[in-house]
Amino acid sequence: MSRRLWRFNGGVHPSQHKYESTRNAIGQALLPKQLTLPLHQHIGEPAEPLVQVGDHVLKGQQIARANGYVSAPIHAPSSGTIAAIGEYPIPHPSGLSADCIIIDTDGEDRWGERLAIADYKELSPSALRNLIREAGIVGLGGAGFPSYIKLNPGHDKVIKTLILNGVECEPYITCDDMLMRERPEQVIAGLNVARHALQAEQCIIAIENNKPEAWDAINAAAQDYDYIEVVRVPTLYPQGSEKQLVKVLTGKEVPSNGLSLQIGVVSINVGTSAAIYRAIFEGEPLLSRIITVSGSGVDTARNLETLIGTAMDELVRQCDGDPEQLGKLIMGGPMMGFAMHRTDLPVIKTTNCILSHHREQMPKQKPVLPCIRCGACMDACPVELLPQQLYWFTRSDELDKAQDHDLFDCIECGCCSYVCPSNIPLVQYYRYAKGEIWIREREREKAEQARKRFEFRQDRIERRKAEHGARRKQKQDGSKKRDDKRAEIQAAVERAQQRRDQAMQQAGQRQTERKQGDDKDNTLQ
Amino acid sequence: MLSAILSLSLLALGLGLLLGFAAIRFKVEGDPLVDKIDALLPQTQCGQCSYPGCRPYATAIANDEADINQCPPGGEATIHALADLLDRDPKPLNPENGEVKEKMLAVIDEQTCIGCTLCIQACPVDAILGAAKQMHTVIADECTGCELCLPPCPVDCIDMVVIGQDILTWKWPAPPEPSEETAS
Repeated sequence: MSRRLWRFNGGVHPSQHKYESTRNAIGQALLPKQLTLPLHQHIGEPAEPLVQVGDHVLKGQQIARANGYVSAPIHAPSSGTIAAIGEYPIPHPSGLSADCIIIDTDGEDRWGERLAIADYKELSPSALRNLIREAGIVGLGGAGFPSYIKLNPGHDKVIKTLILNGVECEPYITCDDMLMRERPEQVIAGLNVARHALQAEQCIIAIENNKPEAWDAINAAAQDYDYIEVVRVPTLYPQGSEKQLVKVLTGKEVPSNGLSLQIGVVSINVGTSAAIYRAIFEGEPLLSRIITVSGSGVDTARNLETLIGTAMDELVRQCDGDPEQLGKLIMGGPMMGFAMHRTDLPVIKTTNCILSHHREQMPKQKPVLPCIRCGACMDACPVELLPQQLYWFTRSDELDKAQDHDLFDCIECGCCSYVCPSNIPLVQYYRYAKGEIWIREREREKAEQARKRFEFRQDRIERRKAEHGARRKQKQDGSKKRDDKRAEIQAAVERAQQRRDQAMQQAGQRQTERKQGDDKDNTLQ
Repeated sequence: MLSAILSLSLLALGLGLLLGFAAIRFKVEGDPLVDKIDALLPQTQCGQCSYPGCRPYATAIANDEADINQCPPGGEATIHALADLLDRDPKPLNPENGEVKEKMLAVIDEQTCIGCTLCIQACPVDAILGAAKQMHTVIADECTGCELCLPPCPVDCIDMVVIGQDILTWKWPAPPEPSEETAS
């Protein structure tokens, strides 16, 4: 049965370098003396520590719990003692430090309690999701989005298709390939659990045609299930990106700024599927993952099942490389990975590959030339953006225009930089622009908050002043009344005085009149 | 001839009445220009522009009483934004108003604080919490770094610290501009 496949715009064919690390079977990395577990290994809120320095922990014990809806717990990958909780360097493009829990392993690797589920079909989807959440499972393809959220489409959404992503399009990386070759039954079992959690109708497993062994293995393991379809897709970078893969398999496009959930499709990585298998059937939380160690810095490129928190230089040493001789250590692949600032950083849940370059075999940095407006980047862009326009807008600091040109739909796959004849690091511009827009947005919000608080304070001061004024006026009014009364009294007193004076005068007059009359009488006599 | 003059006069009268009516009916409350300028200012409320807050400064700019280069916390970005808005030429920051500094945060040394409330009264955004004879503290998220709380403090217990970068506030740096020799 062959399925009709669609094609997304652009894409590139970088040289694959997958052969080097697929010659050897998956090895087991040595148990390190110390494990460093960053609390923020996933998208969302950092986990919250549940242990204290000095506590003894068992393998699989939860040492940090999920903090909020979008978050994931962290478990002790091996038994030992909590040596420290604090800020330590983490694998991040900034080279900054963040909160970590450090475990000194005791070498016994003693398991704590494990609760395997006998029949997952008896559990409700929400109970399954809860188990997956408690197992700390996040997307192992690279983004690290908590898986239980992906498996929770909401009551009103019907998920028709569950895609299992075994594309692994990025050069050098072979961890999914080797997983599918060696443990196909785990991948299929995990897929069945995810399908039950989602109540999806059909499952499609997509594998690029450069992995025939994996395709054979998965095909054999999936034979018994009629709802699973294994699809061979042509090799093209970046087909492993969720939105591009959905387009290839279903012909539907995920809306801008949207999720594939909106068009009834959910996709998970094969690594995540195997982790779900372990969590449900073995009762093991996410403690380790397969990591590809490759590049010119190691003599034996291979995949290693590695405990989360193992230092990268340990892995380089176990693959016969010398960490001192490295020119560059990249976490992830050559297209989307980023360089580490030091070699002793821990691997985290999303570390799929450690790519090391020997000091003397570093790929040469080609000089950056001016843009000649050839448009090759536009032809290569799998999201059908206008990379050149975005580049000009970013350089001239017209970030709002870049945003209008759907900057935030850019998946940072690096196709544009790869094809650019002028060697312009285009993706770096988009990463910078996105960060700058976020920062400005945050600053604007903060300024708005400060403005509101300032205005509120001004209002309050005004109000208080007005109240004071009113009280003073009242007081003044009061004294005025008193003055009025006093004036009235004064006036009354004066009036009385006047009347008295008048009366006195009149009396005096009458007396003189009488006297004059007497005198007259006397003269008459 | 007469009819032409008459009809044009009538037309002018009619339109004039319409305009007059519109001016009253659709009158804009407040000064929209002041709001626009105010929105571009950083809202630090520090008073370094010599006005008692961002809005008074915005009003002064709108009334042509103040220049656009008096806001040190806003720096060059604000000057350019104001120049764009007002259609003027951008100019360098007036050194009389201060210099561009990194974003800072006030931190009270709680051991030394005597609880005099003077800083609380000075803070333009109510970002200091405390009561008389009780220890004060700065609400870090609300502090604009205006430094207005520094002068009134009688025991000099407030320090301005640079806000460091952490994983959540970090952003990718801008790629270096292509150098001249390779560009030419």
